[in-house]
Amino acid sequence: MDQFLVVFVDGINYAAWLFLSAVGLTLIYGVMKIVNVAHGSFYSLGAYVSATVVGLWFRYGFDPYLSYLALFVAALLAGFVVGPPIERFLLRYQYDKDEVVILLITYGLFLILEDVIKLIWGVDPYFVSEPYELLGNFEFASMTYPSYYILMVVLALLVGLTLMFVLKKTQFGRMLISVIHDREISSAMGINVGKIFILTFGAGCSLAALAGAFTAPTISVTPGLGVEVIVLSFAVVVTGGLGSMAGVALASIIMGLVRAFCIHFAPELELFVIFSVMALVLSFRPRGLFSLAESRKI
Amino acid sequence: MKFIQGLSVSLISTFIASSAFSQTAPVAPPEVRIGVVTFLSGPAASPFGVPARNAAELMIEQFNAGTAPAPYNQKGFGGSNIKMVLIDENGSSTSVVTEFRNLIQREKVDMVVGYISSGNCLAITPVAEELKTITLLFDCGTPRIFEEGKKDYVFRASNHATADSVGAALYLNSLKIKAKNYGGINQNYAWGQDSWKDFDGSMKVLFPGSSVTTSQMPKLFAGQYSGEISALLSSKSEVIHTSLWGGDLEAFILQSAPRGLYKSSSVILTTGETAMFRLANKIPDGTIIGARGPYGVLAPKSPLNDWYRATFTDRYNTAPNYTSYQMTQSIMSAKLAWEKAQAANNGARPTAEQVAAAMRGSTVEGPGGVHKFALSNGHQAVSETAYGRSKLVKGAMTLVDVKRFTADQVMPPDGIKSEDWIAKGFKK
Amino acid sequence: MTQQISLKKLTLLALPLLVASPWMPQWMLFMVTIAMANGLVGLGLMLFLRAGLVSFGQALYFCVGAYTTGLISHFFKFNEVLILLLLSALASGVLAFALGFLLAKYRAIFFGLLSLAFSMILYGLLAKSEALGSTDGFNIPAVTLMGWLPPSDLVRVSILWVAFITVGICLIFINGLIRSPRGLLLTAIRDNEIRTEYMGGSARKTIHLIYVIAGVLAGLGGAIAAIAVGHIDPTMAFWTTSGEFIFITILGGIGSVLAPFLGALVFGVIHTLAFSNSPNTWQLLIGSTLIFVILLLPDGLWSLTSKFKRVK
Repeated sequence: MDQFLVVFVDGINYAAWLFLSAVGLTLIYGVMKIVNVAHGSFYSLGAYVSATVVGLWFRYGFDPYLSYLALFVAALLAGFVVGPPIERFLLRYQYDKDEVVILLITYGLFLILEDVIKLIWGVDPYFVSEPYELLGNFEFASMTYPSYYILMVVLALLVGLTLMFVLKKTQFGRMLISVIHDREISSAMGINVGKIFILTFGAGCSLAALAGAFTAPTISVTPGLGVEVIVLSFAVVVTGGLGSMAGVALASIIMGLVRAFCIHFAPELELFVIFSVMALVLSFRPRGLFSLAESRKI
Repeated sequence: MKFIQGLSVSLISTFIASSAFSQTAPVAPPEVRIGVVTFLSGPAASPFGVPARNAAELMIEQFNAGTAPAPYNQKGFGGSNIKMVLIDENGSSTSVVTEFRNLIQREKVDMVVGYISSGNCLAITPVAEELKTITLLFDCGTPRIFEEGKKDYVFRASNHATADSVGAALYLNSLKIKAKNYGGINQNYAWGQDSWKDFDGSMKVLFPGSSVTTSQMPKLFAGQYSGEISALLSSKSEVIHTSLWGGDLEAFILQSAPRGLYKSSSVILTTGETAMFRLANKIPDGTIIGARGPYGVLAPKSPLNDWYRATFTDRYNTAPNYTSYQMTQSIMSAKLAWEKAQAANNGARPTAEQVAAAMRGSTVEGPGGVHKFALSNGHQAVSETAYGRSKLVKGAMTLVDVKRFTADQVMPPDGIKSEDWIAKGFKK
Repeated sequence: MTQQISLKKLTLLALPLLVASPWMPQWMLFMVTIAMANGLVGLGLMLFLRAGLVSFGQALYFCVGAYTTGLISHFFKFNEVLILLLLSALASGVLAFALGFLLAKYRAIFFGLLSLAFSMILYGLLAKSEALGSTDGFNIPAVTLMGWLPPSDLVRVSILWVAFITVGICLIFINGLIRSPRGLLLTAIRDNEIRTEYMGGSARKTIHLIYVIAGVLAGLGGAIAAIAVGHIDPTMAFWTTSGEFIFITILGGIGSVLAPFLGALVFGVIHTLAFSNSPNTWQLLIGSTLIFVILLLPDGLWSLTSKFKRVK
């Protein structure tokens, strides 16, 4: 019984991380129909910026408990400073082209950002583990867990609920939904699609950066951090259904639990469990778990 | 728009033409060109690639200036200036082989020192033999290089990976650490799989009756080990082995230490030396740390080592780690062989075959102590290896309870594969 | 629109290259061979592009082709190159036929990502398999051409000739395919699939066919690459390899069946230049080149040839 509880806790923790990593990608795709390969770079950027900011925070002796706020702000900075200019000056001119073209541009951006990050921060690893250690541990099911897990889960819930609230209850959210369904008509109705796009892209990149920022205290921040995240995020997003928040959440939970189960009972299968889940889901539900109803134009 | 397109055409065709027809190597006869291949991007850059590049840069500078201590005090290689041609090892094996060929056939290097990834080593070895160019594999661990046929031009100046895991098991044995069961967490690719296999095999010989609790195999570069750590904690292993390296190792340490893994088990970090200073106060005392050989703080004391550490730290503001030592060992081996071959050639520039003949079976003393090209027809070098336990002394990380093991104890002799040698109880 | 290339034009282009090959430097022979192999995969991708699809998982068949060649020559010690190529094509084709039943139902990004998933699953399987050398892979011994083992200085040239001939045969076949009714259906599918079905054309069957053909092409490419490099490993199935193939296809454009080969060649040159001139920032260079090409030459490099014709 204890073992299953352990699997559950590990699964939920991993699910929270997957959700945070992937939600930005699905937001951007849902609204802008762009597959943002540079998503991984923003994750990386978020990790590096937060490592620097929080490193300074502790060096100047500010309140350690407010360092979480610093992490949050660092991520927003990373996302909104770098993201919107890319959308405004590069991607905007490509919307009339094929989806693939934009995907390739973001792929090129990913390559460029990898080296830019390396040029700015060098190849040495950065450590910013104080926020992680500050919270101590907790005991559950005869196992010790870092309380940081709870923070991640809470953060994932917060992000998820905020996004849902914004989408369903605010006017901005309703505009977003209309753009998701039909860009042209929304524009014809007077919605400033350009503004929505910039804000969404900035938000999506910031969410990726947020995931990176809050992961940074648990790892050593090194080059190449974002590469793994891209593929995992894609798998989660596609399984959940492109553009669906609920889909990403459910897919994260499923994959997190399946993976945790594998680790404890069949560790050799861990390597391709995520893709197998994705292939399995897509075989039965070709557009993912929750897909947006799209009208076909005849 | 037409203008821009015309411009882009001319730019692209200039690129193509210049690459196809340019002589990129202005070879003045007295120069020795060494191709250096190591990871300059990606996750292996920081723990291995860049320290190795720095070591190569440093040694070549020192040699060219003639400021290295004897027997390395001749300028350059036997009087000829050394020029380094640096290439990133990152990329698919096709790209790695392409760049290797380019190094030799276009850049006209006289020898190549490089390769951290075992896959790359295996891919370029037959090409090195085909192109008859001396190639020193300075870091990759796979024992397979010399298991598959005789080589004439490919050398490895330090132990291969079997020594690490066998050494770890021997260390446990020498300190009589309790090991009635053991578990592991290793990356799920060749390096991790082989390391675990060697360790598991060694433990079965040295601790008969011990059993495996769990073998966690996370994806390479996973970075998130919460599930694996939970599995290890619930397995209640007395010993935990890991060959995790670089960012993965550091993430693992950061995530596992606060959860008490090191209190309940003896943890062995076979490549721990690269992380031990950066993470000094995060590594609990008593963690068993290896440096893939007698390198870093495990290097035997010698004037050469003192000079090396001082010069390196002076230049790069950080101490050399084991990859730096391995690169240095390779370049020193090359220098000695070149000069020996040149002397035997009456001072004329030696051919690759002559250098190879000089390197075969030679003994090279580097900052990591004595290494002898004793195996595989004189192409695979062996040296002792060492392990120690971590202890924070006045806030500084040191290794105590250091035990050394001779080359015979940790490297399989000629004619037998590593896993068979281990299974047969390390028969001489 | 994709130009068809006549047999005459093909021989006119290939002949001088073939004749010059014994005198070309070895490294150039190697690069051109790899470009041929990559171009074959790009050819398959180009067919997909005509139908409005992008496959992010062609590396799967590239890897299958390479491993078929590798396994047979390494473990069964059989190294007649023509048989190896045939068997690789067959293995890839059979796998593509099987997976095609599932994949032909998907469109747009789902097609791309599902194909990616399968290539990553293969990667996982191979990386785990210690018998196949895991991530280190294994080496391939020299191959023979109808029993003749080329002496070491002729190895590069002979592999290049084999690659050329394979590519030539594929080109003739694809040429014919594009002209055929089935081939013309591809564009129809991209424009409006529902109308195509109303006309009586089966989108699913056509895409299934294209999927198999692209798989075979990629398998041949993988086999040639394996023979040229002499080493195979699981990274041949990794998503970054698929990314390179897509880069090559976009670089070349879809203007002609020859375009992917031009793209592959230029990519090889750019890659080498980036490595040797800026070993610390080559990713930056390649990423910038990709964006540069997409922005300024949206129809790929091949569009330059037609632009020059119009300028007259």
